[in-house]
Amino acid sequence: MSEHGVDSNQIRELGRQALGDAHLQEAYRSSTLRLYTHRLAAVSEVPGFERLRERARELKREVMDHLDFYLAQFAENVERRGGIVHWAESAEEARSIVGEIARRAGASEVVKAKTMVSEEIELNPALEKAGIRPFETDLGEFILQLSGERPAHIVAPAIHMTRHDVSDLFVHNLHSQPTEVPEQLTAIARRALREKFASAGMGLSGANFAVAETGTVVVIENEGNIRFCTTAPRVHVALIGIEKLIPRLADLAVFLRLLGRSGTGQKLTVYTSLLTGPRRPGEDGPEEMHVVLIDNGRIATLADEKMREALYCIRCGACLNTCPVYRKIGGHAYGWVYSGPIGALVTPQLTGIQNARELPFASSLCGACRDVCPVKINIPDLLLHLRSEAQERAPAPTPSGAALGERTTIRLWAWAMKRPWAYSLGSRLARWGQRLLARGGWIRKIPMYPASGWTDGRDLPALARKTFRERWTEIEKQ
Amino acid sequence: MSNPAIAAKPRVALFITCLGDQFFPQVGECVVKILRRLGVEVTFDPRQTCCGQPAFNTGYRQEAREVATRVLDLFEGADYVVAPSGSCTSMMRVYYPELFHGEAEKLAKVERLRTRLFEFSEFLVKVLKVEDLGASFPHRVAYHDSCHLLRELQIEEEPRRLLRAVRDVELVEPQDNQLCCGFGGTFSVKFPEVSVAMGEDKLRAAAAAGAEYLVANDSGCLMHLAGLIHRQGLPLKTLHLAEVLASQG
Ligand code: SF4
Repeated sequence: MSEHGVDSNQIRELGRQALGDAHLQEAYRSSTLRLYTHRLAAVSEVPGFERLRERARELKREVMDHLDFYLAQFAENVERRGGIVHWAESAEEARSIVGEIARRAGASEVVKAKTMVSEEIELNPALEKAGIRPFETDLGEFILQLSGERPAHIVAPAIHMTRHDVSDLFVHNLHSQPTEVPEQLTAIARRALREKFASAGMGLSGANFAVAETGTVVVIENEGNIRFCTTAPRVHVALIGIEKLIPRLADLAVFLRLLGRSGTGQKLTVYTSLLTGPRRPGEDGPEEMHVVLIDNGRIATLADEKMREALYCIRCGACLNTCPVYRKIGGHAYGWVYSGPIGALVTPQLTGIQNARELPFASSLCGACRDVCPVKINIPDLLLHLRSEAQERAPAPTPSGAALGERTTIRLWAWAMKRPWAYSLGSRLARWGQRLLARGGWIRKIPMYPASGWTDGRDLPALARKTFRERWTEIEKQ
Repeated sequence: MSNPAIAAKPRVALFITCLGDQFFPQVGECVVKILRRLGVEVTFDPRQTCCGQPAFNTGYRQEAREVATRVLDLFEGADYVVAPSGSCTSMMRVYYPELFHGEAEKLAKVERLRTRLFEFSEFLVKVLKVEDLGASFPHRVAYHDSCHLLRELQIEEEPRRLLRAVRDVELVEPQDNQLCCGFGGTFSVKFPEVSVAMGEDKLRAAAAAGAEYLVANDSGCLMHLAGLIHRQGLPLKTLHLAEVLASQG
């Protein structure tokens, strides 16, 4: 996988590699199962969870339908509380805004909280190039910074690694003693990071929610590192994708009840921080607070009435943990920073369908994701929509081993399906042809795509000697 | 037995589905047998082919519309349309409205179809209001929830009720029973490795629960699972629900 850019069309190949790696399979299997089970237990404890989901969805719809209003309100309130608002249309703009803030602050080191949008805009390499050292302080992100990988999961970025892998990584990079005790691994990371919190001139975070009514940035976490990042350094910068807005502070109660439970099965995460402006006289906290509101393709999604729903996502990760495809191929197969069902929606939207045309197809459309989504995004429906966009705007290359392109095949198929005589003739020809291939009612191998895709891993039942329609005249008489 | 539905002698137009027609005609025969036994008049229009789902699911909406339009016209006059497939039923019930979005005349036809269209097990339990079909099947059976039946149509209990009423059958619920089997239409050939790996999980769970038979209401899932079983020589068999319900032990 290349370090920059999008590799999403490699999904089949990367997925195949992941499937061949037993160690990786076990890491994904056990972790997703744990999160999935915890979610189930946490959700079953809440009476009216369904109504909560409905409410959250309504709220998100309200925000997306009037995003201009809520953005303006949020920005105004941030400024009223002494914060500084920046607008970034693209990843590049966002990177240069952050670089500029750091330069003005004289910060040569930046401590970072876990933020997916920072991964999205590929901030770290840009900071490094500008001579600013970013330090990831979330344990998972810290691990990835050492291993040089992208997040494998939107909530648990190092989900693909076992404790043993992490221990090895630490031994190798930090010269620590090998250990598989989670607390000890955390302690090793803490030691490596501790002085950075004190010395860094700038702290960087994302936002789980941005409250329009009050200009508040809400971040949730379990490790306490976000508190440090957002309060200890002199300058705090919050990177916020514009879909993170919620209308009122009171609405936060709805979302917080959903997010922890859906993501990790926690009633609430250990810390919930509400950050409203920089510190006021006599308080602790940063002297300067900046919020960077990032579009980077979101407004285009908003303009697409069908896809707008994807912006409701609160990044809980439940759809990943539940997805039988994600569990098999893992996060890196999706080729960019967002993975799983939501990644298959977001990546084509934010990076262009041609860069990610295969993602919407990497789903059996089983709908398990929709069942767990706290804001009830109809993920299969949106995947189907993207599939048709893909076929229109970035037609499929002819698969290897195929006699015809996919579109031509489907056209021929549709032509025959509209003509019962052609359908029947095709069926007769196929039955005649299969005599060469079938043994005892089964076909082991067909060399031509798409049937070859089938027989790669399973046998194909032979077509019945007599179709139902051919039997019908008999049946009718009985 | 006095059943008002039976007294009225309902007429059912069978939508056999393309896979059912080509690969599993015996399933269609079982469906006809069962329905007739319940006093239903079954008709079959040989002009029918496919519901259009393969094209729709692969993103070719124009082609899907062309094929689906025929379905709308063919079934205009039927009292009931019954399909032995959760997937095709959900295509017609859930996705036709989307497919014909903005085409008022077609949408009106879709609406008329939707009110009369039933998946086979749903039709038995909800419309005919029967559960016990007098079948006998002395085996250990795991019912596989096919995804479209379960999550698009919310049909979960009906097939189980029908199965529980079968004599001598032992119904087992494998772990993670509602996990997808990995078929997924063209997904099965576009991502065969993943599709197969998902199917293997399904079969492993069924075997661990001691099932001899995996029973489902969708030809696609059954083809996929049966193909895997045959390739790997596993001691499991697959059947369509209609085959079990038509069985006399
Ligand atoms: S799409 Fe829904 S389930 Fe998936 S991460 Fe977003 S909010 Fe969570």
